[in-house]
Parts: sequence; C-alpha cells; structure tokens
Amino acid sequence: MARKVTNTRKWIFTCLAWGVALLIFFPILWTILTSFKTEGDAVATPPKFLFFDWTLANYREVQARSDYFSHFMNSVIIALGSTALGLLVAIPAAWAMAFQPGKQTKNVLMWMLSTKMMPAVGVLIPIYILFQRMGLLDSRTGVLIVLMLMNLPIIIWMLYTYFREIPGEILEASRMDGASLWNEIRYVLTPMAVPGIASTMLLNIILAWNEAFWTLNLTTSRAAPLTTFIASYSSPEGLFYAKLSAASTMAIAPILIMGWFSQKQLVRGLTFGAVK
Amino acid sequence: MGAITLKNVRKTFGETEVIPGVDLTIEDGEFVVFVGPSGCGKSTLLRLIAGLEDVTSGQILIDGRDVTGEAPARRGLAMVFQSYALYPHMSVRRNIAFPLKMAGMPQAEQEKRVARAAEILNLGPYLDRRPGQLSGGQRQRVAIGRAIVREPSAFLFDEPLSNLDAALRVNMRVEISELHNNLKTTMVYVTHDQVEAMTMADKIVVLRAGRIEQVGSPLDLYHKPVNQFVAGFIGSPNMNFLGGATAARRGAHVIGIRPEDWVISRTEGRVKGKVTVAEHLGSDTYLHITLEDGNHIVARSPGEFPVTVGEELFLTGAEGRIYKFDEQGLAV
Amino acid sequence: MATLHQRSLARLMVAPSVVLLFLWMIVPLGMTLWFSFQRYNLLMPGMEEFTGLGNYRYFLSDPGFWISLQNTLIMVGGILAITVIGGIAIAILIDQPIFGQGYVRILVIAPFFVMPTVSALVWKNMFMNPVNGLLGQVSRAFGAQPVDWLSQYPLFSIIVIVSWQWLPFATLIFLTSLQSLDSEQVEAAEMDGAGIWARFTNLTLPHMGRAITVVILIETIFLLSVFAEILVTTNGGPGYQTTTLTYLVYTQALLQFDVGGASAGGIIAVILANIVAFFLMRMIGKTLD
Ligand SMILES: Nc1ncnc2c1ncn2[C@@H]1O[C@H](COP(=O)(O)OP(=O)(O)OP(=O)(O)O)[C@@H](O)[C@H]1O
Ligand SMILES: [Mg+2]
Repeated sequence: MARKVTNTRKWIFTCLAWGVALLIFFPILWTILTSFKTEGDAVATPPKFLFFDWTLANYREVQARSDYFSHFMNSVIIALGSTALGLLVAIPAAWAMAFQPGKQTKNVLMWMLSTKMMPAVGVLIPIYILFQRMGLLDSRTGVLIVLMLMNLPIIIWMLYTYFREIPGEILEASRMDGASLWNEIRYVLTPMAVPGIASTMLLNIILAWNEAFWTLNLTTSRAAPLTTFIASYSSPEGLFYAKLSAASTMAIAPILIMGWFSQKQLVRGLTFGAVK
Repeated sequence: MGAITLKNVRKTFGETEVIPGVDLTIEDGEFVVFVGPSGCGKSTLLRLIAGLEDVTSGQILIDGRDVTGEAPARRGLAMVFQSYALYPHMSVRRNIAFPLKMAGMPQAEQEKRVARAAEILNLGPYLDRRPGQLSGGQRQRVAIGRAIVREPSAFLFDEPLSNLDAALRVNMRVEISELHNNLKTTMVYVTHDQVEAMTMADKIVVLRAGRIEQVGSPLDLYHKPVNQFVAGFIGSPNMNFLGGATAARRGAHVIGIRPEDWVISRTEGRVKGKVTVAEHLGSDTYLHITLEDGNHIVARSPGEFPVTVGEELFLTGAEGRIYKFDEQGLAV
Repeated sequence: MATLHQRSLARLMVAPSVVLLFLWMIVPLGMTLWFSFQRYNLLMPGMEEFTGLGNYRYFLSDPGFWISLQNTLIMVGGILAITVIGGIAIAILIDQPIFGQGYVRILVIAPFFVMPTVSALVWKNMFMNPVNGLLGQVSRAFGAQPVDWLSQYPLFSIIVIVSWQWLPFATLIFLTSLQSLDSEQVEAAEMDGAGIWARFTNLTLPHMGRAITVVILIETIFLLSVFAEILVTTNGGPGYQTTTLTYLVYTQALLQFDVGGASAGGIIAVILANIVAFFLMRMIGKTLD
C-alpha cells in the first residue's frame, strides 16, 4: 500500500494519538513518579511533576519491611509454579488434541472452555470449605493449585491453536526420515513448538500474577501474594502516597515489561483464537 | 531394489471404505503414476505404501518382504509431500542431512552425500538458507534432495508439482524424469494432471473410487482403454462421447472419438455442426462444435485452421479410431 | 498418521487435564448446588437441614439482591459501552499512519497489566481522594469544590476504574482486527467513491463485527466477577450502592457465614454467566471448523 499521506495530516493524528496514549498511561506514570518523591512532595499543592527531590527512600523503606519481599516471593512462586504445573498438564493434552484429533476432541475443547465461563463465586464456597478442612487456606500450595486450574483452559487452548499451525505433513516427513518418537520430539516438534509455548507461558504468568479473586479470598498473610498484600494498604498506609507508589511500582513493573513483550499473543490467548 | 506388491489391500476410515481392495505389482525401477479424479484414494494408497496409515486388511510387500506392520522409516522408502514439509527451523543443509543424521551416519559421509544431492539439484548456493527464504521450485528441490540422500529403494511423490506455476511445473517434470533415468530407482507418483501422467510414467494406474480401473503403459491406455471412464480420463482434450442413433448405427451404446481423430472438412462428412468457439494455440486449433443433433464436441486440427465462429463444418470420425462401449461402459 | 496405537496414547495424554478440570469445576459446582438447598451456617454447626428452595426464596426476596443485580447490570453495561466505543475510536486512531505507532501501542496497553488491587488503590487514593487526590487538586485549581468521587458517585467511580483496566484490552483486539482488514478492499471502496464515513460503516464495522462480539462476550465474563476493585475501594458501599452479585455472595458467605444463602446466590450468578457463555461458545466453536 503505497499511499501518500500529507505530512500535516500525519502530524495531526500523531499528536492526537500520543495525547490519548499519554492520558491512558498517565495513572501509571504518576504512580512511578510519585514513588520517587518524599511523602511531602507527593501530596504537595500544586502537584509536582518532575521538579522535586528525587529519592529512593521509599523503595528502601518498602524493601526494608521484610514482609514486602516475602509477599513478592509469594507472587513469584505462585505465578511461576502455577504456570509450570499448568504447562506440564496442558502440553501433552494440547499436543494430542492438535495432532491426533478424535471425534470428541472438539467437544472436549469446548467443555474445557465452558469451565472458564463459570463465575468464580459459583465455586467459591465449596473450595473455601474444602481448603479450610484440608488446612490449605492461606497456603501457597493451595493458591498455586487453584490458579493453575483456573488458567488451565486458557493454556490448553492457546497451545492448541499454536500446535495446530504446525503442519501434520512435517511430522509425517520426520517419521519417513527415520526419526524415532524421541528424535521427532527433540529435533522437529520442540523447536517448532517453543515459540508458542513461550508466549503461552508469558501470558499465563501475567494472568496468575494479577489474579485477585482467589488470592484475596484464599490468602490472608503467610501465603499472601502482592495482590493481597497491596490490598492491605487500603488504609491507613494508603495515605502515604509515596510508599504506596513504590510498592505498586515494584508490583507491576515485572508484569508490565512481560506484557509489552506478549501483546500479540495476548489477543490470541484471551480470545481463544477467535481473533488473531 | 524396490519392487512393491500390494495384495488385496483394504482401507476404511471408520465406516467409509476408501480402498475396497487393491492388488498391484510395481516392478523394481519402474516409474508408476497413480491418476484419478479428486478423492478417489490416490493419496491414501500412497500413504498406505509409506506406512503413514495402517491397512485395514491385506498385505504390502517390498522386495518380497512383508512390511505391512512396519514403521514408515523401516520400509526404506522416501516421500516427497505436496506441501514439501520442510523443517522450517533448519537450514537447507540440515534439512537434507536430517534422514542421514537419524540413521546415525558419520558426519563426513553425511556431508559428502548432501554435497552430491546439492550438485544434482543445483542447490549449492542455497545450502545455508532456511526454507522460508526459498522460492517454491527451490523448496521442491530441497524436498527431493532430502529424499534422494537416503538412497531409498523407492520414492513416493504426492502431487509434488501442484503448488508450482505452469512454467516451473514443466521444468520440474523434466527434472524428475531425468532423475529417474539417472537413479533408476522405483518411483510412485500421484497426480491428477494427466499430462504429467502421460509424459513421465512407465506405467499408469487409473483409479476410481478406490478401485483400479486399468493398469498399463501410457500408450496402452490411450489406445486401448478398457472402459469409458479410462477413455475419458486419458487424453487431452477429453474424448468426445456420442450416444443414441449415431452409436446404435455402429452397434454400440456409446461411441468415443478423440478430438484429434476427427477429419474436418468444409464440404462433406458424416455429421454437420456449427463452430461455437475456436481456440488458436498456434501449434493446434481446438474447435468447439455443436452438432445438428445438439451434441457438443471438441475437434483438434493441427496447425492453423482458419475459421469463423458460426461457420458450418462437416466432420467424420477416422475409421479404426472409433471406440465402442456397451451399456456397462466396457469397451467392445 | 492415525494409527490405533497413537490414538490410545492421545487419550492418555488428554486424560489428566480432563480429570483435573472436572474435579475443579463440576465437583464444587455440584456441592454449591447441594448447599443451596440446605440451611447451612458456619456459625451454627450441626444445624444443617434440607430447606428446598428456601435459600432461593430468601435470596430473591432480599432487597440487597435486586439492588446488586441492578448494580451488576449497570456496571457491566457501562463498562462495555465505554470500552467498546472508546476502544474502536482509539484503535482507528492508532491505526492511522502516525509517528511512533509502536510506542503509542505500548502506552495504551499498559493498564491491562496492572493488578486490580493496585489500580483500585492508586485511583482511590491518588486520584479520587477529595483532599490530596489529583482530581481534587485540579478542581480546586479551577476554584471548584472537590468531589468525593467514591462516596458521591461510587458506582460511577468503579465503572471508571474498571473501564481504565479494560479499555486497553478492547483497543488491542480492535487494532488487531483492523490490521487484518484487507487494504485492497479499502482501496477498491475508495475507487468506488466511498467517503470516510461510508467506508467505516460498510467496510470497517462489518469487518470488526466478530472482534466486537468477542470483546463484549469475554469482557462480560470477566466483569461479572469484578471483585478486588470493589473490596479495596468501597467495600460494596455506601449502603448497597456498589454491591454487585459477586460481592453480595462473598459477603453472604465469608462475612455472614451463610453457606446456604450464598450458594443460592452463586448458582444464580452461574445461570446468568451461562446465558452469556452460551453465545460466546458458539462464536468460538466456529473457529474450530
Ligand atoms: N483421515 C481420513 N479420515 C476419513 N476420511 C478420509 C481420511 N483421509 C482421506 N479420507 C477420505 O478418503 C477419500 C480418498 O482420499 P484421498 O486423499 O486419498 O484422495 P485423493 O485421490 O488423494 O484426492 P486428491 O486428488 O483431491 O488429493 C476421500 O473421500 C477422503 O474424504
Ligand atoms: Mg491427494
């Protein structure tokens, strides 16, 4: 499409688009900026944008509260653990359904999707009671398992749509070429599947990290990830804007960066392949 | 060595019977082409030979050895797929070497064989590229290269040229024929392009609905089709079929006359018709003619045949070149 | 490539996922259904008894239920309207030839990656707080009385916060869909003399139809379960003003320990979600063919 666009037009749209983008991004930007202010500067009137005493004190202070770090670690363990466990279960399933589809495959996939449609409150009570009986309330294992199960349909679906793009003829070719099952997996399947698996993993880590229904309901202190921990800033600590901002920035930064890398896959994953 | 024998091979997918029972012998070194309309089971038959599908019943022998239950790799065959099925993450070199690596061949020997295949197929300059960076024809050559390095006892091709444009298709057709002349290895080739079938094959197998209609050399099939289906399928443009009184006069249910077997005249002949379309190819002229009795036929005249649309011509079927078929469509 | 041996192996590979999901959804759902017919309060152990539809009657006659249902609908509807219309507008804007398109995209998508509790807290304290919040400061700068958003317009505030989180999602999907619009089609329409508006209504919108449906359905599924934002900002209040169905079930179960009543509410939520899900599944089912 070699269309000539007048420069003026391009500049107008550029300004408009950047304006909208900065407006949408502003709350995040403001949080990041505030995290470098002193508590005084954070609530100053008029608000200070860039010209304040930049300080790392808030980060140091939030870090110094040993509990922040332990909650951060809870988030890491829960997000990575549930993702790893989910992939472990989902890869063989997606694999089989993509390459050995049977008569029921489509129905199984749709059923898996339907479990994702179930609102969490529908199963909150039994899960809560079961966890209470089994001593899994406020335990990392408990949350980890729940998040794994919650995201399992998305993982399977994403992997399935990726795997299905690997042409079956290539696998047949490798079989003709004398590759054993192990060699087929090692030299042909894995290299072709890794990009899909990686983006599935990334999206799932994001979803697990930000999950805030089950984490809030099933954890209180010991196993609380950042979602629960930050919720406890609600009051009165929430009024210490600078520290709240520092804690928030640390909580969202890793995911923000990961998210930027996986925006394309995000669309595909969250729409179950309906939009690519 | 690469003689392949199919003994009463059947294949069903669930309820549907795709191959109801095929017996076929392919001699060592032969170039055998499977032709037939779409969905008649050509690919299925080839994949049964390759071992990519299990036979439902029957036996497959290669050089007298029963391979019916054997894994594809153990059968010593190589296959070239319609989509080429190259490994996208490997360079051309590694693609071609892959079967050798799987066979555990020493590195030095692998390199020697890859180099030779590259030379035969003119792939030298592309060895370090990925398949994604090659043209369709080059990919096709890589796929063939991957097949020949193994020195298989037979090659299986499933419509290898159907993704190429017309000019390239002609080139590759010649290349594959030359390859066969040089290697003298058995080749089983699936196509629904009958020009490919006629020009490449030592032996053509015509399939319809999973059944073998006729097996024979291209000219056998051209001159002595056993039934109306084969007669209509082999030859281009297709044979003209005339029924009714015209056929009855010759004691047949249907008669067939090939476009090239009409004697065309402006003054006299057995039937009269009006030209509706004239296709001037330079080397030949194809005349589409509506006969007085309403039948449409195609006639071919060598060279330039000056004619205007709507003109009336007389046609006569060349004596001795008229095929007769009975009610069951069998040649009489 | 389908030999018998491979097919049974395939079943074996799918089995763990199926079993796990079954245990995770169907079993608890069955329990919820069972509880919903019981009088069951955690504060009164040993008093469990079958009450038939008693819990449903109780839940449906609770004024809180109808308010929360209304709140849920207003919230979901409002957020959908904002994100779909805003998302289409922003997607079209970004899709124009502009400088730094990649960066604009990155900025716009960012809020989607912010965890709900953080965005709720940031909005509550740093923006909507009438004393120190940025919005209050801005209105004071213009000489106006600062608004206490979360007490004066609580539901609207929640809608704003959640919309901010979901607008990026809608935008990203619309943008993806726009970029798959065949540019030759657009050029053909231009050749046919179609103006900007005609191109939008006749080409762009129909092309995005699928994406719009998917966004509406998927957001609905997630929005029906909005929880953290309410818990952190208003706790469902003032009064019942920001109590949604999800939140109501939560208070019933984990604050009042009324398992039976909460379960009845949970089942009602499931039924509502299933109505939406029915359409969503049909949409996605088509992509399988
Ligand atoms: N895996 C399968 N399951 C069920 N039916 C199949 C399967 N593979 C092929 N068939 C059916 O078997 C018949 C023969 O298919 P096949 O692919 O062998 O045809 P073909 O002659 O190669 O056709 P084409 O010229 O179009 O490639 C078709 O009717 C097809 O629908
Ligand atoms: Mg075929």
